[in-house]
Amino acid sequence: MPRAEELQQRIEQGIPGSQAQVTDLTGGGDHFEARVSAPGFEGLSRIQQHRLVYDVFGDEVGAAIHALSIKTAVAQTGDQPVPN
Amino acid sequence: MSPSETAQPENPIRAAIQGAIDEHPTILFMKGSPEQPACGFSARTVAALQALDAPFAAVDVLPDPRIRQELSAISSWPTIPQLFVGGELVGGCDIVMEMYESGELAQTLGVEGEAAPGQAPAGQAPAGAGLDIENRLG
Repeated sequence: MPRAEELQQRIEQGIPGSQAQVTDLTGGGDHFEARVSAPGFEGLSRIQQHRLVYDVFGDEVGAAIHALSIKTAVAQTGDQPVPN
Repeated sequence: MSPSETAQPENPIRAAIQGAIDEHPTILFMKGSPEQPACGFSARTVAALQALDAPFAAVDVLPDPRIRQELSAISSWPTIPQLFVGGELVGGCDIVMEMYESGELAQTLGVEGEAAPGQAPAGQAPAGAGLDIENRLG
């Protein structure tokens, strides 16, 4: 069963320079929310930004990871949290 | 956007999905129906569209797992719901909700400033090969 920390690490490894905050929404290991900021999001549409996050997990989204809710932001200088 | 033109004979489901996306200005692929969504994410997306009085066609992906497979192959998007406007993927629940809150969704749907809840003209939704497309005009 995937865990939030594992997802966070994989996002941060998969998207260069990114910072991720992953929450297990139900505690059941299948509904997650990820807030991701990365400098590489600059100039991309939301769709493209979210696709980069989904791409980290490939086929697992919709399977082991039943639902992955995503919020993205372009990382500014330094560490910028994803706005609400 | 997709190789659907070449996919008709060997892949009728993909061709039907692409046809539906091309034919309907606004189309939502969801779990369940707008009246009875089978998933919270689909329900929220429907609610956003309805709050804007936006007419949309809806396709339930649940009756046949191949609908979802082929849809994701076309859109490169792994989750349901998926909202298409003008043949382009706008997003899933998260993006639609963000856009709803920011007002971008109304802009994208072209329903900006027409808050009048009047009757939209009735329209016909030609059903693609067994896709059971439901028209949500009005």
